[in-house]
Amino acid sequence: MGPRVSAPEPPPPPVTERPGILVTSPFVGTFYRAAGPDQPVLVELGSVVKKGQPICIIEAMKLMNEIESEDAGKVTEILAENGQPVEFGQALFRIEPL
Amino acid sequence: MFKKILIANRGEIALRIIRAARELGVRTVAVHSTADANALHVRFADEAVCIGPPPSKESYLNIPAILSAAEITRADAIHPGYGFLSENAGFAEVSENCKIRFIGPRPEMLRLMGNKVSARVAAKEAGLPLLPGSKGVLKNPAEARAVAESIGFPVILKAAAGGGGRGMKIVREKSVVAAAFATASAEAANAFGNGDMYLERYVEKPRHIEIQIVADEHGHIIHLGERECSVQRRHQKLIEESPSPAVTPELRRRMGEVSVQAMERIGYNNLGTIEYLLDERGDFYFMEMNTRVQVEHPVTEMVTGVDLVSTQIRLAAGDPLKLTQADVVFRGAAIECRVNAEDPVTFAPWPGKITGYSVPGGYGVRVDSAAYENYSVLPYYDSLLAKLVVQADDRSTAIARMQRALGEYVIEGIRTNIPFHRAALADEAFVSGAYDTRFVERLLASESGTRRLRRAIEETP
Repeated sequence: MGPRVSAPEPPPPPVTERPGILVTSPFVGTFYRAAGPDQPVLVELGSVVKKGQPICIIEAMKLMNEIESEDAGKVTEILAENGQPVEFGQALFRIEPL
Repeated sequence: MFKKILIANRGEIALRIIRAARELGVRTVAVHSTADANALHVRFADEAVCIGPPPSKESYLNIPAILSAAEITRADAIHPGYGFLSENAGFAEVSENCKIRFIGPRPEMLRLMGNKVSARVAAKEAGLPLLPGSKGVLKNPAEARAVAESIGFPVILKAAAGGGGRGMKIVREKSVVAAAFATASAEAANAFGNGDMYLERYVEKPRHIEIQIVADEHGHIIHLGERECSVQRRHQKLIEESPSPAVTPELRRRMGEVSVQAMERIGYNNLGTIEYLLDERGDFYFMEMNTRVQVEHPVTEMVTGVDLVSTQIRLAAGDPLKLTQADVVFRGAAIECRVNAEDPVTFAPWPGKITGYSVPGGYGVRVDSAAYENYSVLPYYDSLLAKLVVQADDRSTAIARMQRALGEYVIEGIRTNIPFHRAALADEAFVSGAYDTRFVERLLASESGTRRLRRAIEETP
């Protein structure tokens, strides 16, 4: 499956309008929820995360890059699927500050 | 043939490549910055990947992001277009290491021609005529003065890493060589991170003539004649035409043969353009080589009937070039005007939203552009809005056709250089064909030129 085809029409608005902070992909790559195939997922829906805690992996150029949460809070949405290609700026998680 | 080409570019050239790929039955991937989410190349590609924020350095020049995009979309080739990463040997090399074909010459060709000093040495060894000048980099002001004296004044000092007209200085007498060398070298070090300089004889009324090279992967190389690019301001081309009014069939044959022979010796592959300086006696000298598709490639397409971008893709895929030199026939005359989003008098870039837009059409008119109504010209990228190209049986009909097409082009909401083109095409020097690279400078300094420009501004909606 390829990445989404960006049509000139703006994407539906709800994702950004709900409360909480969106964690977006800092670069193009492949999204993984765990550090390896046999590893547990880094965060679950409802997990409470600390600032600086690794929350997912973006693989780019054969390198596994740990993405850290920039805020503390509860994971209220997981917006990308494991193994999915993601583009720059694509929303990955929503975190609601506690 | 490739299955999927990623286009590492934006604007009209990205669209041009998407069009060629579609006609070849090859899928396309557009990459774009966040600012270009509504761009036409994003809309017309089969897939699109956002690779970064607006600044080019973080998006269109971001090699890891572009290669990641190629990887996740499983593209098997990358077309770099022109500008951005098109002549970046490192990018070509890393792409090839990732098993993604770089649509262009081999990395070593990019490296050889990318540095002006090594390009000059290679050109000389391959038999191309050079302007008399220094052998490689000048060590110090004293050497600069000695070399200048031996070849005669005026001379021009150039930065080895320079381009687009930057890092150059004309020197007319012996007493100022040392000082000019010091200033130019410091400027070059500042602008390019490399202060290496060389110098050569300066030609007073030079014409910029370039030869289009087409080379397959199997050693078959031909040329597609010349493009005249002497209408330029600060070394930025504004109007190009083919054939050149200064090039006779005999001169074309000679320039073409010398160019093809040199490319055979170098072992060149894919598209390339050899830029020459043509003097008043009809002698020509190698300036530099561009190892990519050129902005002005359409004028060659219009007079030869060869689709250069499609050819470029097919050659990169390993297809042999079926066309022989004898097959190449030049038909009529073609002119291209680069329509830029800029003030027609000051040439200052003019980003903003296009509120009204209507493109010229009709017989013999071609518009390569990524603009549309409500499109916003962005401040982050170059100001090229459209390439308006005409083809006709002869040069005077082509000029009349271009004037007609310029008159039909409606671009509202921003300023463009359309009035400049109208004034330039009406100028006696352009009409007669007796012009050189200082044409624009003279036009803007002349009373008739400024009067025509004022009138064209008034007449442009």
